[in-house]
Amino acid sequence: MKEKIIYITNAYGNDSGRLMDILLDVQKAFGCVSCEAVGLIASELKISEVDVVQTRSFYHFFTKEPVGKYAVYMNNSVVSGFFGMKEIADEFEKQAGIKFGQKTADGLISLHYTACIGMSDQEPAALINSVAFTELNREKVRQLVAAMREGKAVEAMFNQYGDGVNAHPLVKSMVKNNIRKTGKVTLGEYTPGKGLAKALGMGSKAIIQEMKDSNLRGRGGAGFPTGMKWDFCSRENGDKYVLCNADEGEPSTFKDRVLLTERTAMIFEGMAIAGYAIGAKEGVLYLRQEYVYLKKYTENLLAELRNKNLLGKNILGKGFDFDIRVQFGAGAYVCGEESALIESAEGKRGEPRNRPPFPVQKGYKNKPTIINNVETFCSAVKIIEEGAAWYKAMGIPESAGTKLLSISGDCKAPGIYEIEWGMTISEMFEMVGATEVQAVQVAGPSGICIPPSQFNRKIAIEDLPTGGSMIVIGKHRDILKEVVLNFMEFFEDESCGSCVTCRSFNMILRKQIEKVVEGHGIKTDIDNMIAWSEIIRKTTRCGLGQTSSNPITTTIKNFRELYDKRVKDVDYQSDFDMHKAVAESCEVVGRIPNIHE
Amino acid sequence: MSETVKFTIDGKECTAVKVQLLVDAAADNGIYIPVLCHMRDLIPAGSCRICTCKVNGRNMAACTTPVEPGMNIDSHTEELNDIRKAIVEMLFVEGNHFCPSCEKSGNCELQALGYKYQMMVPRFPYAFERRELEASTPKIFLEKNRCIFCKRCVRLIKDDQGRSIFAFKGRGKTLEINIDKKLAATMSDDLAMKAMNACPVGAILKKEVGFIQPIGTRKFDNEPIGSDIEKN
Repeated sequence: MKEKIIYITNAYGNDSGRLMDILLDVQKAFGCVSCEAVGLIASELKISEVDVVQTRSFYHFFTKEPVGKYAVYMNNSVVSGFFGMKEIADEFEKQAGIKFGQKTADGLISLHYTACIGMSDQEPAALINSVAFTELNREKVRQLVAAMREGKAVEAMFNQYGDGVNAHPLVKSMVKNNIRKTGKVTLGEYTPGKGLAKALGMGSKAIIQEMKDSNLRGRGGAGFPTGMKWDFCSRENGDKYVLCNADEGEPSTFKDRVLLTERTAMIFEGMAIAGYAIGAKEGVLYLRQEYVYLKKYTENLLAELRNKNLLGKNILGKGFDFDIRVQFGAGAYVCGEESALIESAEGKRGEPRNRPPFPVQKGYKNKPTIINNVETFCSAVKIIEEGAAWYKAMGIPESAGTKLLSISGDCKAPGIYEIEWGMTISEMFEMVGATEVQAVQVAGPSGICIPPSQFNRKIAIEDLPTGGSMIVIGKHRDILKEVVLNFMEFFEDESCGSCVTCRSFNMILRKQIEKVVEGHGIKTDIDNMIAWSEIIRKTTRCGLGQTSSNPITTTIKNFRELYDKRVKDVDYQSDFDMHKAVAESCEVVGRIPNIHE
Repeated sequence: MSETVKFTIDGKECTAVKVQLLVDAAADNGIYIPVLCHMRDLIPAGSCRICTCKVNGRNMAACTTPVEPGMNIDSHTEELNDIRKAIVEMLFVEGNHFCPSCEKSGNCELQALGYKYQMMVPRFPYAFERRELEASTPKIFLEKNRCIFCKRCVRLIKDDQGRSIFAFKGRGKTLEINIDKKLAATMSDDLAMKAMNACPVGAILKKEVGFIQPIGTRKFDNEPIGSDIEKN
């Protein structure tokens, strides 16, 4: 073990800033990052063991104990739940003979739950040794576990590949793109290198002006004007960085997955254009671990682009140097927050930073940095190519251009749609074939839950902004149990915890909503949830915290009757559940509880 | 020469050096803004959020916000004081705090804030989390039941090579404070004392000195927290 770990740490120059990569390699090599490994890494990097542990324990794809030879990570997000996650989990447990959270005695199989893996258009889905298995059913699970017992390689467990690049020899994935509607920008015509060539002839100021004129706003969800961000950063001095946020973790967002599959070169080209505009020489693509199946393809493409002189030294003979490395995450929703992403790319816990300073002043390695979403970089390429006026002609005044939506849930055609901003929710339902709709969750858990009376609202930054996630919730769904409770469990797990109000209130609120769902709630509980959510919103540090109570507040506002129906009209109701309290002991002694109420 | 800036807190005219953090600037002007994670001259953590103020109408943590000319700050308002009280209550239900048996009672900043905001019964349900006591290092007890995740020890206590002795472990509901046993074994008495004094609660205790200072003579036994600042 010692030689191997020294080899790994040496490969990253014994740099603690590359701790993420070191831990990823160690986890891959040994199936865990054991205490012994922690000790070795710490001594090689000359940091304390607790500093290695703090990073290891932050990300859920790092484990202290070895995972099984086949590690199954089952997605437990809302949409997975809609389409039979419980049955699939049940079948895995039956076939493997263990529960989730456990490993078979022979060390062959371990079962884990994980948050959204970006496959909401093809649920239920799971990752097995980082390979995506989609549209699972009981029969498929039986075959998979049988294949594990035969010792088959995971890649050999299927032979049907998805469309487009998914079938590329370096990817060979069963994931489908499910592109249902293409527009003119991100999924339209694309000629590699054309935008970059034009940009290098324009000069930095002109590029930034073009971006400003286009009114492009960040496509990750926050909607900050891209041109302004580039402008701020271009005014700073010294080394600078361009970071691409490919950590789409907002449950039921999967639009970046498709761009990372089909428009990879376009993303890199956008980053190079940004680098030229702000005066940066290095870029980092921060890619979520869930998409590691694209690793070989992505790295190979980077090499190709260098060969074509679209990256590297003296790009297209214009004297501009720019190169990109890929940084993988290891499973943490909060790393989609830009400053948490920077911390993570520096090998640390993904805890959002305090502002000021902003990343454009002090970002990656404390140097001026711009961070943009995958879709933003792709849009930038087209804006440079076709001009700001062309771009602005699409969409509506405050929301220029097109937006990729990842639509999932109760509809006929879940998948990716490139639409012009300004479409109404009703029009969207028509497009995706959704009837019998009870609600739609716009922008994921941190967004809002919209009732039928608001289906005439527009998908736009000025009305219903979204990073791309749209979950259609059918009339037969139990919103509080299947959606709200799931979202709160998600936030409880994904809060980084460093800001105590987010950590603690999400636990408190999860318990309150669980109390209501289980039928023990009283009217006061609803008022309490409203009041306590307000404290989170006012006091937490980052966007995750501030919006983490939205599942509760937006459903209380828009679906109050669902709460009223569930709570009792009494002054006091004990949280204590006698049945629950004695269940375990009754099971042990084989007795049927006899409770007098 | 550092630039001097003028701003107001709750209507009172104040002056400070530009770039000074609001919480320190307020203290220098005789205004107490409660803190649990903040320590002067330490990199701000912005983690306990109890110093949240309204800065030009926006909620900001006073410990991470540098003062700017003309800032209009609200601190001592009914709304903000209720939030502060709620945060104190939240910390009491989140951990397991039993003041009467705690070595830090009277010197504990959380307890003192509980008195200041007249907390009677927390409005939130208790979590009853099961947490560990780490007693295996020679100089220190780490009583995780009492940790409020302020990160003071994480930021302040390093060994002679600058390596961390304390760090977080886990995240969200599994978050805990962790101590490096190897490095903790090398801690001097002074460093252990420094760690205990930095801890706002009774999570870090230097062994064998817990009750040396008698109850009744402790920091907050006779005067409420913040009165040293407000007296100036």
